[in-house]
Amino acid sequence: MRFVTVSGPPSSGKTAVILKTVESLRQRGFKAGVVKFDCLYTDDDKLYEAKGIPVKKGLSGALCPDHYFVSNVSESFEWGKKQGIDILISESAGLCNRCSPHIKEILAVCVIDNLSGINTPKKIGPMLKSADVVVITKGDIVSQAEREVFASRVATVNPTASIMHVNGITGQGAFELSTLFADANTETDTLDGKSLRFSMPSALCSYCLGEKRIGSQYQMGNVRKMDVDNG
Amino acid sequence: MDKQQILNIDFSELLAEFPFAADFFESQGMKIPQTSVKEFVKNLTDTELEDMGIDPSEFIHNFVTFIEAVGSMTEKTASIEKLTITGGINKKGEAENFELEINSGEIICIVGPTGSGKSRLLADIEWMAMGDTPTKRYIKINGKDPEKSWRFSPEHKPVAQLSQNMNFVMDLTAREFVRIHAESRFVQDIDNKVELIIEKANELAGEKFDGDTPVTSLSGGQSRALMIADTAFLSKSPIVLIDEIENAGIDRKKALQLLVGEEKIVLMSTHDPILALMGDKRLVIKNGGVAKIIATTDKERENLQELQELDKRLLDLRNRVRMGDMLETI
Ligand SMILES: Nc1nc2c(ncn2[C@@H]2O[C@H](COP(=O)(O)OP(=O)(O)OP(=O)(O)O)[C@@H](O)[C@H]2O)c(=O)[nH]1
Ligand SMILES: Nc1ncnc2c1ncn2[C@@H]1O[C@H](COP(=O)(O)OP(=O)(O)OP(=O)(O)O)[C@@H](O)[C@H]1O
Ligand SMILES: [Mg+2]
Ligand SMILES: [Mg+2]
Ligand SMILES: [Zn+2]
Ligand SMILES: [Zn+2]
Repeated sequence: MRFVTVSGPPSSGKTAVILKTVESLRQRGFKAGVVKFDCLYTDDDKLYEAKGIPVKKGLSGALCPDHYFVSNVSESFEWGKKQGIDILISESAGLCNRCSPHIKEILAVCVIDNLSGINTPKKIGPMLKSADVVVITKGDIVSQAEREVFASRVATVNPTASIMHVNGITGQGAFELSTLFADANTETDTLDGKSLRFSMPSALCSYCLGEKRIGSQYQMGNVRKMDVDNG
Repeated sequence: MDKQQILNIDFSELLAEFPFAADFFESQGMKIPQTSVKEFVKNLTDTELEDMGIDPSEFIHNFVTFIEAVGSMTEKTASIEKLTITGGINKKGEAENFELEINSGEIICIVGPTGSGKSRLLADIEWMAMGDTPTKRYIKINGKDPEKSWRFSPEHKPVAQLSQNMNFVMDLTAREFVRIHAESRFVQDIDNKVELIIEKANELAGEKFDGDTPVTSLSGGQSRALMIADTAFLSKSPIVLIDEIENAGIDRKKALQLLVGEEKIVLMSTHDPILALMGDKRLVIKNGGVAKIIATTDKERENLQELQELDKRLLDLRNRVRMGDMLETI
């Protein structure tokens, strides 16, 4: 089975893009399935089900959804194999801009939208920097020039990625994206033993461990202080 | 400069040759190196490495790719004299049986009912299809297969698309906006280009506007005029695709002349008889396939003038409605 990680800021159009891409993959004879990871709530599974796409959902609750993702991705992969899926796609929303679900040797896609502002590419971090493919959505809402400026900012942050424009509503560009899913040489038997592209920060400060009180005397472990005296 | 040189020379020397090299570090939220890039990465602290958000070896790879990509962008792109479209199949699977050569400076219109496949044809050209889209069409440039890597590199794509939507979400004046766009394309001689674009846009727009107007307050016609002038003078892409330019309060004839005057190939999907007659040829699309290719005849062109007069009358009437006139005599 092949595996593709799709990540991106909330509401950037991940589900819309996956739905349209799966449609094109079907026309090419591939059976695709989706695992959706989110924090507290998602209805995306219903959208996938409505299109007859096998889907599994996982909610991380109090944990960082990307940490939850790594802890469960192997099992999800096994689930996909049992369903007889050819291409399994994971959808996860990057909430902390620091964690990234991308795995070495597994096609990594980051979805980002034109409306998020031209400084957003700088802020997104590993999820964008280490992606193989960056999909830019909502191009229908802005002018050509704005699309170009945005794409160029993305290309500066991640110069090696393939950059694609996909309209999540009409599906324009989804066919082209599906060729990358179909061509990607990422057939694997298991995810066990594979490694993340970039480490995720671990829960190390007192607040991760449940501390609520404010003040230096309560802070232990990995504490970083901002420089308030200079600048 | 090869990869080793890029990494090993002092950053200030690198900057002298590639002034944009600093953009990369800035975009990663990092400070500018005081040493060579190799030394710089080697001396990063654990915290800095963590903040970098990417593996150091990948970081270096990305940086070299960036320098090479932008470096090649500032060179002049090879000119395109000829675009060839080879027919595939329509929605029923029937062969289209055509091969069309389009030369630089030509305008080709794409006409057909809603859902017939006009946008798909434009998408085939943008994607530089090689029999790998639902239509199975092939696109050749100067008689040769285009490089597959162009598909994913916004800078090297020889195709620019001017779309229906002219909204802006950025909070900038027209002048600032064009400047940012020019910078993102690493254009040289930016000041003059910006002024030229504002001036030409004003020649196209029904109502004039000042370069200091925020883009979000431009009218539909003014935005479109700005975007057309911008595409004509900033975009290096020799092929321009226009999906439905329709009535947007601009001088359409001048707009097309501006684009074609810069030796571009223009393909546009349209329902507008004036635009259709301005084209050298029009492709009639039915059921997802090119059903007919019509070369605009002299007889048709003779009607163009009358159409333009009709159009002008309508425009005058529209203005009179705007000004609150009665339309008892027209
Ligand atoms: N205009 C426009 N809207 C889009 C486009 N792509 C997605 N949308 C809309 O944007 C909204 C969010 O899209 P989703 O696909 O749900 O986004 P998501 O990234 O999956 O969101 P979460 O899973 O909640 O993080 C929806 O209303 C989509 O219809 C696009 O290309 N153009
Ligand atoms: N030859 C073809 N084979 C298969 N599908 C096709 C073919 N041509 C077009 N299509 C599909 O038909 C649908 C409608 O085409 P398209 O959007 O290009 O129409 P259009 O002429 O631009 O319509 P409108 O005037 O409404 O914008 C699209 O999903 C497109 O991919
Ligand atoms: Mg979603
Ligand atoms: Mg269309
Ligand atoms: Zn996290
Ligand atoms: Zn913590």
